[in-house]
Amino acid sequence: MRYILALLVLLMGGFSTPSTVNAQQPLKLTITDGVIEPLPFAVPTFQAETPNAAQFATDIARVVAEDLTGTGLFREIGADAFISTISSFGAPIQYPDWRAINAQALINGAVSADANGNLVLKFRLYDVFSGAELGSGLQFAGTAQGWRRMAHKVADEVYNRITGEDKYFDSRVVFVSETGPKADRAKRLAVMDYDGANLQYLTDSSAIVLAPRFSPTRDRVLYTSYESGFPRIYVLDVANVGQRALDVPDGTMSFAPRFSPDGQRVVFSLTTGGNTDIYTLDIASGQRTRLTDTPAIETAPSYSPDGTRIVFESDRSGTQQLYVMPAGGGEATRISFGSGRYGTPVWSPRGDLVAFTKQSKGRFHIGVMRLDGSEERLLTASFLDEGPTWAPNGRVIMFTRETQGANGAPALYSVDISGRNLRKLRTETAASDPSWSPLQK
Amino acid sequence: MADRLNTGILISGLGHASVLGLLLFGPVFSAEPLKFEEMDVTIISGEEFAALLPPVDEAPSVNEAPEAVAPPAPEVVEPPAPVVEEPEVVEAPTPEQQAPPEPDPAPDTSQIQPLPETVVEETPPQEPQPPEVADQVVLLPPSNLRPKARPSERIAPEAVAPSEPDVALDTVVQDAVTEDADATDVAEAQDATAPEEASTEIVTEAETPSGAPEKSLRPKTRPRAPVQTAQPATDTDTSVASALEQALIGAADSVADVPTGPPLTRGEKDALVVAVGNCWNVGSLSTDALQVTVTVGFSMEQDARPVSRSIRLVSSEGGSGDAVTRAFDAARRAVLRCGARGYNLPVEKYDQWKEIEITFNPERMRIK
Repeated sequence: MRYILALLVLLMGGFSTPSTVNAQQPLKLTITDGVIEPLPFAVPTFQAETPNAAQFATDIARVVAEDLTGTGLFREIGADAFISTISSFGAPIQYPDWRAINAQALINGAVSADANGNLVLKFRLYDVFSGAELGSGLQFAGTAQGWRRMAHKVADEVYNRITGEDKYFDSRVVFVSETGPKADRAKRLAVMDYDGANLQYLTDSSAIVLAPRFSPTRDRVLYTSYESGFPRIYVLDVANVGQRALDVPDGTMSFAPRFSPDGQRVVFSLTTGGNTDIYTLDIASGQRTRLTDTPAIETAPSYSPDGTRIVFESDRSGTQQLYVMPAGGGEATRISFGSGRYGTPVWSPRGDLVAFTKQSKGRFHIGVMRLDGSEERLLTASFLDEGPTWAPNGRVIMFTRETQGANGAPALYSVDISGRNLRKLRTETAASDPSWSPLQK
Repeated sequence: MADRLNTGILISGLGHASVLGLLLFGPVFSAEPLKFEEMDVTIISGEEFAALLPPVDEAPSVNEAPEAVAPPAPEVVEPPAPVVEEPEVVEAPTPEQQAPPEPDPAPDTSQIQPLPETVVEETPPQEPQPPEVADQVVLLPPSNLRPKARPSERIAPEAVAPSEPDVALDTVVQDAVTEDADATDVAEAQDATAPEEASTEIVTEAETPSGAPEKSLRPKTRPRAPVQTAQPATDTDTSVASALEQALIGAADSVADVPTGPPLTRGEKDALVVAVGNCWNVGSLSTDALQVTVTVGFSMEQDARPVSRSIRLVSSEGGSGDAVTRAFDAARRAVLRCGARGYNLPVEKYDQWKEIEITFNPERMRIK
């Protein structure tokens, strides 16, 4: 009898359990459709904590806002919509006021300057609807001349914390500045911030220069010059603009250079006896190694981020296509199979994609594809788009677009790898052949 | 002299008399009236007539009021034809003779200084004090304004009660006829028929009391468990009885926690999915974060607003670390943004939605 009662107790407990669980079961839903739109943010003018920092505070806030809106992923809410103001860097945030204007992110910053012209910039990022700070506050110190870099660093932090993408605003671009009529263009190497600011020229226009490429440490630039009458590769020291030619046999043409990820080698094309193949050159020893040996034209090599493979273009199949081979040479695998001609491949810094120029049906495109040739996606289309280069984070591509006609001129454009946010860069002159530097430290 | 005068008068008189005689009696002036040709004529106005004429330079209108007289136009003097001088034929210089364009000056190397080093000190600034914002609770008057239904049209002249389930519909009412072995009169077997159930008017749901509570009830607090006093166990039967009592108490508690409202309809669930999805912005997510599916759990207030501090990551799939954090942040923003004013949920079913778990699957939103 006792056991029967105990069993009855257990059974009753068992019956009661589902009811309890049922009461605590949450409503479960699945959402697969969201929206894709820029995230609205507010960046009030930064606080000037010293009288001589007022202009910096205004300018830095502007650069931060322009960096973020320039990605196409953010939308700035104008100051005229603000309900409340921020009186000091440490003042509490009135979240309801910022929610009311639909600001999802709020950037609050302050700048101070000492008598020597050194700046201290600090900022905090707030998730308005969560009513909490997003990440920790950060403080940057630098010279007054470097105020734009400090602004880029703030924007990089905000961009990274909200999107999860790696940073890229604090980077530079080396390119070819072009002036004069189309038939007689003067070309000079120039370097600028990624947004076109702080332009500096690296060479004069006495010789045609082409295809500059940053070194991984950003202190050197490889480029091709016609100074000798034939294309030849030079290395330029960015700090003192000193330059020297790479050691190649006389009577040959060398071009399309690019550094290896460790900066110790240069991969390039060398034309000798009418045949163009790919070589590497060890910068320290000067030792040259031939990687391809076919009668076809093989050029535009680009290393993978880990330095183990090289993607390049070749017409060995009869048309210009993309191939991948080991970094030490060997059997190459064709990866492009679409209609049209493919060229100027560049490996993504993330290692997952290759950007390229495609010519098809009289139009030029910038596109990306995976390393097995799948998921080819054309991002642009125009009369002439060419020469892609990756942002340090592998999310944005910059390239040259040349307009049609006698007055046509090249210009630099950038586009998100989603194909959205196509933008023309502001440059003082016509510009071509961009090469994006790695992120500055 | 007088004879010649008389003769003249005589001749003149005779002449006049003959002319008068011809006029009176002769057929000379008995001519027929002239014949006229007829033709159609259309009357047009002066403006229409002017419109038919070819355009001519209009004469300047004459105003009664005097106008200032424009000064006479200056006499146009033809400029002397330019003297075209034949350019001297100069041979184009050969490329060798052309001076090469002046190259741009060599760059000023002093401009190209190493970029200013920016030292990054990751020292968090002083923590700001949390805002002291007192919650302001404003009680709104209860809204009993249910939508008033329009008077419904009459659809049947008279109401018809529902018929038996096995009765066929017909306009005539008749009983069923079955075979009866004892019957003397043999009638043909037939089914029972009755008119279709009808009402005189359509009664909408809004007109009938739904039975839903006008006000939501606050969740009941858990009943306090009876204080157990330590009693020495007398025998096993007492302990079993005690256990049985405890089990019954527990069962009673469980029954009290069972949701009292009806389950959410599919439409109500879909509306909530759409509402949250409208605020789920993946446009600012990284490509890595777009690979992550997160399930987010949170509690709801009775006014259908999510409890901010209750939002938590239940699970994630397809990524790790930073990407999961960003995906969760986007999901949390979606829940909070569109729930800031309360979701459109039936308050009588609060027990059904007071705890919610939403899985945010970005598979269809990825960059392709």
